[in-house]
Amino acid sequence: MRNAVGREIPDEILKATGKEPFQGNNYKNGVPFRRQGPIIRPVMDNQHSKLVKDIHEALVKCRAHSGMTISFHHHFREGDLIVNMVMEEIHKMGLKNITLAATSLGKAHDPLVPMIEDGTITRIEASGVRGKIGQAISDGKLKGLAIMRSHGGRVRSLVTGETKVDIAFIGAPTSDDYGNLRGIGGKTNCGVLSYSHVDGDCAEYVVAITDCLVPFPNFPAHISMTKVDYVCVVDAIGIPEKIATGAAKPTTDQRKLMMAEYCTQVVVNTPYFKDGFSYQTGVGGASIASTISLTKIMEERGIKMGFGVGGLTKPMCDLLDRGMVRVLMDTQAFDLDAVSNVINPAHHRITAGAYANPFNKGAFVNKLDYVILASLEVDVHFNCNVVVGSDGVITGAQGGHPDTAQGAKCTIVICPLLQGRIPAICSEVTTVTTPGESVDIVVTDYGVAVNPNRHDLLECLRKADCVPLKTIEELRDIAYSIVGEPEPVQFEDRIVGIIEARDGTIMDVVRQVKKYD
Amino acid sequence: MNPNMKRLRRSMMFLNCQKPGLIKDPYVYAPDSIMLDLEDAVAEKEKDAARYSLYHALQEIDYRGVERVVRINGLDTDLWIEDIRCSVAGGCDSIRIPKTETAADVKKVEAAVAAAEKEFGVEEGRTLIMAALESARGVMNAFEICQSSPRLFGIALSGGDYTKDLQTTISGTGVELMGARQHMIIAARAAGVQCFDTVYTNLNDMEGFRKDVETIHTMGFDGKSIINPRQIPIVHEIYTPKPKDIIFAEKVVHEIDTKKAQGIGVFTVDGKMIDIAFYDGAKRTLALAKASGVYKGDL
Repeated sequence: MRNAVGREIPDEILKATGKEPFQGNNYKNGVPFRRQGPIIRPVMDNQHSKLVKDIHEALVKCRAHSGMTISFHHHFREGDLIVNMVMEEIHKMGLKNITLAATSLGKAHDPLVPMIEDGTITRIEASGVRGKIGQAISDGKLKGLAIMRSHGGRVRSLVTGETKVDIAFIGAPTSDDYGNLRGIGGKTNCGVLSYSHVDGDCAEYVVAITDCLVPFPNFPAHISMTKVDYVCVVDAIGIPEKIATGAAKPTTDQRKLMMAEYCTQVVVNTPYFKDGFSYQTGVGGASIASTISLTKIMEERGIKMGFGVGGLTKPMCDLLDRGMVRVLMDTQAFDLDAVSNVINPAHHRITAGAYANPFNKGAFVNKLDYVILASLEVDVHFNCNVVVGSDGVITGAQGGHPDTAQGAKCTIVICPLLQGRIPAICSEVTTVTTPGESVDIVVTDYGVAVNPNRHDLLECLRKADCVPLKTIEELRDIAYSIVGEPEPVQFEDRIVGIIEARDGTIMDVVRQVKKYD
Repeated sequence: MNPNMKRLRRSMMFLNCQKPGLIKDPYVYAPDSIMLDLEDAVAEKEKDAARYSLYHALQEIDYRGVERVVRINGLDTDLWIEDIRCSVAGGCDSIRIPKTETAADVKKVEAAVAAAEKEFGVEEGRTLIMAALESARGVMNAFEICQSSPRLFGIALSGGDYTKDLQTTISGTGVELMGARQHMIIAARAAGVQCFDTVYTNLNDMEGFRKDVETIHTMGFDGKSIINPRQIPIVHEIYTPKPKDIIFAEKVVHEIDTKKAQGIGVFTVDGKMIDIAFYDGAKRTLALAKASGVYKGDL
């Protein structure tokens, strides 16, 4: 069946997953559902200890079994040690058919590939996958399906009971012996624990893993003891220098600076740019440069930001320190400055659910005026692909891309026209991960294209005469005139993964990559 | 006369022909000219490969109106004639001669360019020449060099080698370059050709770069050699006439045209005495403003 972004979703996949094809952004708007909750094992005995001596004991006490689903967060990013640590123990115990429901997986988890090959891990649910696991999935080594869903979509999946987590492992920079968890302090400071809140709410068992046990009560707790079954102390839960690095130096790449300037001009010449506007941006060089140049114009015009949200970086925290933004709502700290800035009373931690869950009574993304995003590919329908490389291999993550793109009033995607010799603006993206109906403006080094559905924005930019306007087809044609139109990537028939839309419908499927003859 | 002799050349960006990533689409930065380098930036054993890239880039890439100048290897090497053949066959717009010291140097290149045009069926006179002066001797001979060929559109100072020859170094103040700059701009203007300043190599000092460009702009240079696209917007900003200058130039041209018909030679515009001597300058301001995209009038 062909879905609303024109992708063919085979009946076999619809049957196997019980899902519907994507039918537009607001298809499930207002459709009621009953929130699902876990079985709770009350602790009334005041002699009860939650401390376990090691991961093995935690697994035994949580009734670990073949076929279970376990979850993790990715606040430790490429410095994460917990996923591998737990999976090694599960592997030793000989458990099979595990569903790994992490918020995201990266190169830090490359050692799990043999466990995919031997059937220990047979399903993966994550925002996305980088590194060797992505290659393994695209090579067809994962026996079951990989489901890639956004941060908001993951919360929806847990609260609706679609994903039933048996054991959630929450890495915590500090914990007390009763499971009050904080994202700051200790050796592996990550600032926030936003992604894990929903696991605390929905998993059957919750195990906190820490390398810094502190006296009770570890307060104010970011995740409460009321949700935690066991606490396990280990030597190290992460590699600090890989969790958050120093703030990226502002880019000196003129191409990125040009795109940043176009992006800034788009923002300041569209109607939402007024005192109290809201804004989210990413960690790319052009995004950061745009935030810096936007700040100058805000100062000149006496405009302040109402709130900034999302994964945060130094430039956004600088805005807060300078009084240029009223509050920051934080789901992830991308650099050490953002980690340390959480002590600012106007820098608030929020849960991934509050940030982006489409199935609550309104998330922060819905209140965004602008979001600045990147993309591996954008097609002439404004569909974006942030997960599958132009070689067909899974290599990225949705993150909050589809959530913020749908939520924001003005969604800007920055994307160089060419990624090496691959046209990033193309006729059809390899895989649709964010639908074109969510994307308003595409900024490239060759010009700026406005989604024809947003003729209001197009009129503003035409009048302002501030950026080189092109149609998306013109940008595609320029790209093809320089590097040619690439042959489509060759895939096998087997579907190895699905790209889930925010509402749980299927946006696209990912097939096994065909070996090059 | 070749219509490109007097084209706008505020920024000339050096690009290493050995690096395809650099030469594939430099026009996105909107320099007036690119300087495709076969000389110093290219390793000795990569000269052939660089020529190969250059030829195919010139043939295949639409540089969207940006002038394509090729810096050939020095006349003291055995590389320069093949460089010229390759560049002219590819269809470059101009050849930059490094280390030019005499009018005879230009004549040698002129002959090789003419031969290459004939060999490859390129329109005669299509390929222009510019001369880089990199020594005290070259600077002293600036005027004869400027007058050496109808193909020669301008001269450029190459500060690095020049200061070595003077037995000094680049100080950042411009003091060591002052004499050469002054001498070259006078020679170029006397001969009716363009004059370009040397590169500014400290990319961490954009304020210093800005001051340097302001200096050479005030001195009368037509433009500057640059080594990084980040420098382009600064050069163009400084060379773009300011709104008040454009308005004044418009008035001057209009008033001179009107008063001339009435038989009046001297008059005032905004309190300043104006006569026919101001006409060319005002026209140049408007032409520059038009080329810079900030003037859409018809004067």
